[in-house]
Amino acid sequence: MIRKPKFIIPGVDKKLLIKDATKLLPDPARRRFLAGGASLGALTLLAGCDVIDESSAETFLSKISKFNDWVQSAIFNPNALAPTFAESAITKPFPFNAYYDVDDAPEIDAKDWELEVSGLVDNKKSWKLDELYALPQEKQITRHICVEGWSAIGSWTGARLSDFLQRIGADTKAKYVWFRCAEGYTSPLDMATALHPQTQMTFKYADQILPKAYGYPMKIRVPTKLGFKNPKYVIAMEVTNEYKGGYWENQGYNSFSGS
Amino acid sequence: MSTITAGHQDVAAATTKIIHPVWVRVCHWTNAFAMILMVMSGWQIYNASPLFGFVFPRSITLGGWLGGALLWHFAAMWLLMVNGLVYVTLGFVTGRFRRKLVPITPSGVIADAKAALTGHLAHDDLSKYNSVQKLLYAGIIVVAVIIVLSGLSIWKPVQLQWLTALFGGYDFARYVHFAAMAAIVAFFVIHVVMALLVPKSLRTMIIGR
Repeated sequence: MIRKPKFIIPGVDKKLLIKDATKLLPDPARRRFLAGGASLGALTLLAGCDVIDESSAETFLSKISKFNDWVQSAIFNPNALAPTFAESAITKPFPFNAYYDVDDAPEIDAKDWELEVSGLVDNKKSWKLDELYALPQEKQITRHICVEGWSAIGSWTGARLSDFLQRIGADTKAKYVWFRCAEGYTSPLDMATALHPQTQMTFKYADQILPKAYGYPMKIRVPTKLGFKNPKYVIAMEVTNEYKGGYWENQGYNSFSGS
Repeated sequence: MSTITAGHQDVAAATTKIIHPVWVRVCHWTNAFAMILMVMSGWQIYNASPLFGFVFPRSITLGGWLGGALLWHFAAMWLLMVNGLVYVTLGFVTGRFRRKLVPITPSGVIADAKAALTGHLAHDDLSKYNSVQKLLYAGIIVVAVIIVLSGLSIWKPVQLQWLTALFGGYDFARYVHFAAMAAIVAFFVIHVVMALLVPKSLRTMIIGR
């Protein structure tokens, strides 16, 4: 019998995770991602001159990030499936992660909840939870990879987003599906990824109705993207050609962030 | 006629004195710059989810926070990879690797390491590497290849899942990436100390001779 490791996910323990979440709290200073004087000081030292000021470095880096969006969408293979795992590989407990504490996660009553559909779609009717539950569902056991570096394997069950988009008559030539969440979180998803067979409107975790911590009543599970591109507590989706930004994307995380 | 011949010989003599051709020097300093950016931003990224029981002091990291560090890391990686490809290609094509880095024999390495530690190693001819240098310079190229490939495997564990599998899966690949970084930093420290101990070697990497 192999002794159980103390921490199931390398480098992650609960205390640390909470600390990280606190650290990641957005504040106005962090919106300027080079705000730390030390980082710019180091760059000035390396360049040996003062010509690189903070805002031009930021502009340059965001241009490269857009170039990286392009590279990633070019190498994205719509048929490449994220590796799947056996039940025994599931990480227990699966970590809660957000920019707020789990106690502050949105408390949603299914009676009041509706999924709002808008943008380039034929049928803009809102969907009740029971109607969504009636859609054909499938289960996936895949690896969730956080932008911070840690990963955890989980089990998600739900409907294919591509099926849903077809059902509502979405223009699948549009560029993005943009999600809005109960707590104000937003995130854009490129259409190619939205149509990927493993991209899921998730209603269950480990065969149980999605608990509050994991995004009740609905999260979008995207195993070909980093964790922050998997919005929880989703209340609205919009099919659009316009890049509307997102909570983390606007602060500097790469928008494509594909795995 | 004879003067022309003599002139030719002078030119030839001057050319042979060049120890590091321009492409080596440009690649070397470009690589140094890219590596420093990669390591410093990498430390900040590590801090977001440490693999071990320590974090890197924020003052020696780049990017200010995780998002900024990622932008630096994924920008500098292009410089590192393109420059590395040019360097390795030219190293093989021009025959420099063959001339300078091989053969490496265990007995030679042991003898030269002993000589170096007792202060008996000669540095008269900077155009020829001793066995320890050959081992370190060839080894660091291998480590650089590993750090780039393991980095790609962490960045694209779905699109490049065969590569991620080669590094023992996503979680293990992070340790490989870290170990390669540690090797590069260790090399960097030794390399800089040696360059300062033998300043003319630093001169050859700047002006070529």
